[in-house]
Amino acid sequence: MPEEVTIDIFNADPITEDVSDDATEAAPTTHASAVPALDAAAESQADLSAEMKAIGEAYAQALRNGAAAETQPRLDYAPYRSSVLRHPTKDLHHADPETIEMYSPAFGHMDVHALESDLTIAHNGEPLGERIIVSGRVLDGDGRPVAGQLVEIWQANSSGRYIHKRDQHPAPIDPNFTGVGRCITGADGSYSFTTIKPGAYPWKNHLNAWRPAHIHFSLFGQEFTQRIITQMYFPGDQLFPLDPIYQSILDQDARDRLVATYNHEQTTPEWALAYNWNIVLTGSKRTWTENEALGADGDDHE
Amino acid sequence: MTMSNPTPTRLTPTPGQTVGPFYGYALPYNKDRELLAPGTPDSIRLQGTVYDGAGHPIPDAILEIWQADAEGNVPHRTGSLVRDGYTFTGFGRSAVGHTGVYTFTTVNPGPTKAGAAPFISVVVFARGLMNRLFTRVYLPENEDALAADPLLRSLEPERRRTLIARRDADGGLTWDIRLQGEGETVFLDFEGSDAGGAAQ
Repeated sequence: MPEEVTIDIFNADPITEDVSDDATEAAPTTHASAVPALDAAAESQADLSAEMKAIGEAYAQALRNGAAAETQPRLDYAPYRSSVLRHPTKDLHHADPETIEMYSPAFGHMDVHALESDLTIAHNGEPLGERIIVSGRVLDGDGRPVAGQLVEIWQANSSGRYIHKRDQHPAPIDPNFTGVGRCITGADGSYSFTTIKPGAYPWKNHLNAWRPAHIHFSLFGQEFTQRIITQMYFPGDQLFPLDPIYQSILDQDARDRLVATYNHEQTTPEWALAYNWNIVLTGSKRTWTENEALGADGDDHE
Repeated sequence: MTMSNPTPTRLTPTPGQTVGPFYGYALPYNKDRELLAPGTPDSIRLQGTVYDGAGHPIPDAILEIWQADAEGNVPHRTGSLVRDGYTFTGFGRSAVGHTGVYTFTTVNPGPTKAGAAPFISVVVFARGLMNRLFTRVYLPENEDALAADPLLRSLEPERRRTLIARRDADGGLTWDIRLQGEGETVFLDFEGSDAGGAAQ
């Protein structure tokens, strides 16, 4: 059983989704009927959507002219206003991975308790919302399972509220839901989490900005160069075309790789809806040992 | 013994996304930045500030380091998340504070092969940063090894400088990260030109 997760935040920083550094903090609104004052100076969704559309059209034209499809988000994607001063302006420098970079930190069952993969049992009562099972496999770019590695997730509750003191969205905190989980992948790269479907939540990128429901995923491969953090979305979300973070990936095929699929076969009757999502890391840069190739990596063989 | 992958099937990697603002209750953990207990003989502090393109500290970035031990061996030990106080796992994680400062307690990595320049592998995440960035921080000593390092050799002097830490009077290392602008840190792409995407 994981310890009761403390709601004391390690990272007690002025974290808001505001663009400006001197944004006045709204007083925390906890009363259900208190709708926060809107910022009349904020840009409209129409402004942002027009910007995103122009970038998308330029990308479509480049594809027609023979450019390669982009598989990752743009680092320089101005519609996500916080990225403007936080993206490198110089090209990433190509490097051949060396020694340490061709290995990954080892995680195991000493690090992660089996029950940490069930986000619905961290407290005494049942959390509110739609219970779901999210499962899939972590593979490397060569299609090999990433065995015995760490997966970490975090998410909002069913009302779209994070347990973070700087989340000021006046939606209820659920005392029975923290929204943090971990697991170690199986020999076949599999992972599975039981959780609650997160709600959409508003942020301050622009006026009436809402994030599509998502679960943050943090993944390690067998090599440090495979490390990624990403977000899993739910199929059919009407907010996709409006969201600058999702739209920072310009290619529709690439966007689709972040969207889980509903799986009725795995849905547990009268218990939980099932979603599947596989994650592919980059390819291996190292020649594997026989044990690794057979999926015998990970801990429990120390 | 090694064997090659019998059936290579190149799959397209899943896109990354920003870590967002709300990782603070999920990613940090007890002793996350203490690869060694502070005060351990030969332990050093690695610290620095993460800056944005306006030169302001970024208060919502989180860094990870991964490194060889003092003898240059690559660790293969579990226990990074639940530290026992003795095992050197080589991995650490540090969210910056509100002044943009990160700190780790670690050791100077040894060279992983004779004559190699020791470095620590670093990955940077931040709100507003669409995808993680990889980089390296090199120890400032042993100029011959630094001069022979394949990555450093491929960089102009003013860019090369961004990857080399400063040795503090107390034996620690100071190394700042600039995501953009003057003195922009060199960030690395390990995938070559076949990975697709814009400079990923």
